[in-house]
Amino acid sequence: SLDFLDDVRRMNKRQLYYQVLNFAMIVSSALMIWKGLIVVTGSESPIVVVLSGSMEPAFHRGDLLFLTNFHDDPIRAGEIVVFKVEGRDIPIVHRVIKVHEKGNGNIKFLTKGDNNEVDDRGLYKEGQNWLEKKDVVGRARGFLPYVGMVTIIMNDYPKFKYALLAVMGAYVLLKRES
Amino acid sequence: LRKNVEDFTGPRERSDLGFVTFDITADILNRKNGLQTFRNKNTSIIFDWNVKQLFLYLSAEYSTKNNALNQVVLWDKIMLRGDNPRLSLKDMKSKYFFFDDGNGLKGNRNITLTLSWNVVPNAGILPLVTGSGHVSVPFPDTYETTKSY
Repeated sequence: SLDFLDDVRRMNKRQLYYQVLNFAMIVSSALMIWKGLIVVTGSESPIVVVLSGSMEPAFHRGDLLFLTNFHDDPIRAGEIVVFKVEGRDIPIVHRVIKVHEKGNGNIKFLTKGDNNEVDDRGLYKEGQNWLEKKDVVGRARGFLPYVGMVTIIMNDYPKFKYALLAVMGAYVLLKRES
Repeated sequence: LRKNVEDFTGPRERSDLGFVTFDITADILNRKNGLQTFRNKNTSIIFDWNVKQLFLYLSAEYSTKNNALNQVVLWDKIMLRGDNPRLSLKDMKSKYFFFDDGNGLKGNRNITLTLSWNVVPNAGILPLVTGSGHVSVPFPDTYETTKSY
């Protein structure tokens, strides 16, 4: 039965505004939590989804990683870093296998995916042999399996994304707090 | 944790390349300080309910004129839950080329090899643990030419 359509007809303007404001509060809170995470972790992208199988069997496509990027944290061999190649948007999650650090703190390092045969030099920019601190989005500190699959599905099947948003929107706008 | 090595060096493209052969004997245990465990302290409790695998790696750490700190991973291994936690490898060659950034290996008396591992949980924090025990390796002052490796 379509009770909710009756609900909509019965709502007056004040109730509608209230619902919209409620919705706006939820969206603002979510954004604040995200921004807060960015500040606390020091990383522009504190939560990333693993997109490829290059770090299997540790991480699989769809796993979620939690990053920190504290400026004073040194980069050391064995750490798992998330970096972006200059000019490309896609973050890559691999392990540091070589580090050369000068006395003044200048550091250059090489990465490799656990599941790859060769190091990442082929992925870097033309002529680039090393990564630097500025390329790092963050260091992987924690992880949750499978949870990130939702964003991958939403990317690959946009209709799913719109359907999900529509359902969420309808729920929030029509839910009545008694 | 014990390792033994012999070494040779060779110049390639103006950067020092080191060759190291090593033995590794390790017993991967993890005593969690301050936690009450109901198990016998002698059993290895590194592979608890939340550990999916360990990523082990042997890294060489040293200083050179060019760089205050250098770390090169020479060898790695994935140890899955259920694998034997006792390692006994002999006469291993390094998996990856031990290139220096420059010529800092020649005559370098103090290269420290350490075994460390990354604990990958089923879910949760990803710690890096360094094994106790390390070995210092000196490299000779001269280069060798075309040694078969």
